[in-house]
Amino acid sequence: MNFYLRTLKRDLSIHLRGLSEVINPLVFFVVVISLFPLGLGPSPQQLSEVAPGVIWVAALLATLMSMDLMFRDDFSDGSLEQVVVSGQPLLVFVLAKVTAHWLMSGLPLVLLVPVVGLVMFVDGDSLQAMVVSLLLVSPTLSLLGAIGAALTVSLARGGLLVSILVLPLYVPVLVLATAMVQAAGSEAEIAGYVYWLLAALLASVTLAPLAVAASLRLAVDR
Amino acid sequence: MLKWFHRLGSPKTFFELSSKWHPWLLGLSLLSLVSGVAWALLFVPPDYQQGNSVRIMYIHVPAAILAQSGYMMMAGAAAVFLIWRMKLADMAVAAIAPLGASITFLALVTGAIWGKPTWGTWWVWDARLTSTLVLFFLYVGMIALRSALDRQATAGRACAILALVGVVNLPIIKYSVEWWFTLHQPASFSLTEKPAMPAEMWMPLLLMVIAYYLFFFTALLSRLRNEILDRERDTDWVRKWVAAQ
Repeated sequence: MNFYLRTLKRDLSIHLRGLSEVINPLVFFVVVISLFPLGLGPSPQQLSEVAPGVIWVAALLATLMSMDLMFRDDFSDGSLEQVVVSGQPLLVFVLAKVTAHWLMSGLPLVLLVPVVGLVMFVDGDSLQAMVVSLLLVSPTLSLLGAIGAALTVSLARGGLLVSILVLPLYVPVLVLATAMVQAAGSEAEIAGYVYWLLAALLASVTLAPLAVAASLRLAVDR
Repeated sequence: MLKWFHRLGSPKTFFELSSKWHPWLLGLSLLSLVSGVAWALLFVPPDYQQGNSVRIMYIHVPAAILAQSGYMMMAGAAAVFLIWRMKLADMAVAAIAPLGASITFLALVTGAIWGKPTWGTWWVWDARLTSTLVLFFLYVGMIALRSALDRQATAGRACAILALVGVVNLPIIKYSVEWWFTLHQPASFSLTEKPAMPAEMWMPLLLMVIAYYLFFFTALLSRLRNEILDRERDTDWVRKWVAAQ
């Protein structure tokens, strides 16, 4: 099996054994969304209006919460250092890590969206657009978040710093995705938005691993 | 020419050379700032639509131009540091971040003050304002990362990587007003076309832009000199310089 598949398999088995770490961000996602009806009042009309934005922001925050999954354990037990000095292609390693993270955190979020959409009274068209947009964007979120995770992996308490570093990078994607959901809700054309989000995804897949690999090399460089 | 540039990369040489430039830069920037502000406040005719509130444009527009320009400079210095390992470039990245953050903040605040009488609102979430706010957060992130990686050997390269990652936002800010029709007006200056304003309005604006650049470089030079003294404090020449003060 090649390096990518081996790393992916290893990461997935580690995550599946420690499922509580994977589930925490998902629980956070649901809990945060549930706070909004309590804070804003239960009127279905108001909730369905704010739903796309609320669900999206909660998804972003949940993704940031799950960033620790990616590199911290490997860094603290020294296996990250071994991979960096082993001479194996670090970019492939990064892509495998991001894929594993997306499968364990991004994809479950997408599957949860219909559930929370129900709670927030989202209508059919918007819900469909929300699922599609989150499906398109969650790999991008994992990739950009990986940059923040790699830059702060050597810090003991990097959690909040990752958010400060990565949220400005998430903003353009968030704007495009919510615009797409709103356009779908009002029966407008969404193809343009889909192309833009795909472009963002492709740009991230090509460029983000470079930054992540460079940051990982720095982290083990003492 | 390359040898001169290379010699400039040594903190000691740069420090000595910059002691000569600094008073000139300071003098020129103060002169141009004062004359620019006086021209803008006293001699520019009021706008036919906005009346006298157009005068804040002379504070706001140069600040916005410098906010983006500062980030480009920081990204350029970051690239120089990553490629050529020039210590001075890393010091430049560290010095520009707080300057850029303050000037972006100035642009946002003066923009809000201008927006209230002209658009009727302090803030609107259109493309230009949102991406400038994002630029402000990028600067803050740079400051935060550097202080978190406080003095570690890898702090310089980590911040350089972050600067280059954030530079993707710059074209989005610059072209946001052209791509999306928004409330914010399009650029007043471009390199290839005549400005859309009469000469008596764009000339003081040009002067203010130059004044802001001069002031930015003056402040940058001061910060850089401080940073050099701080990082090189264990060397002989710094000890001698400090003893001579």
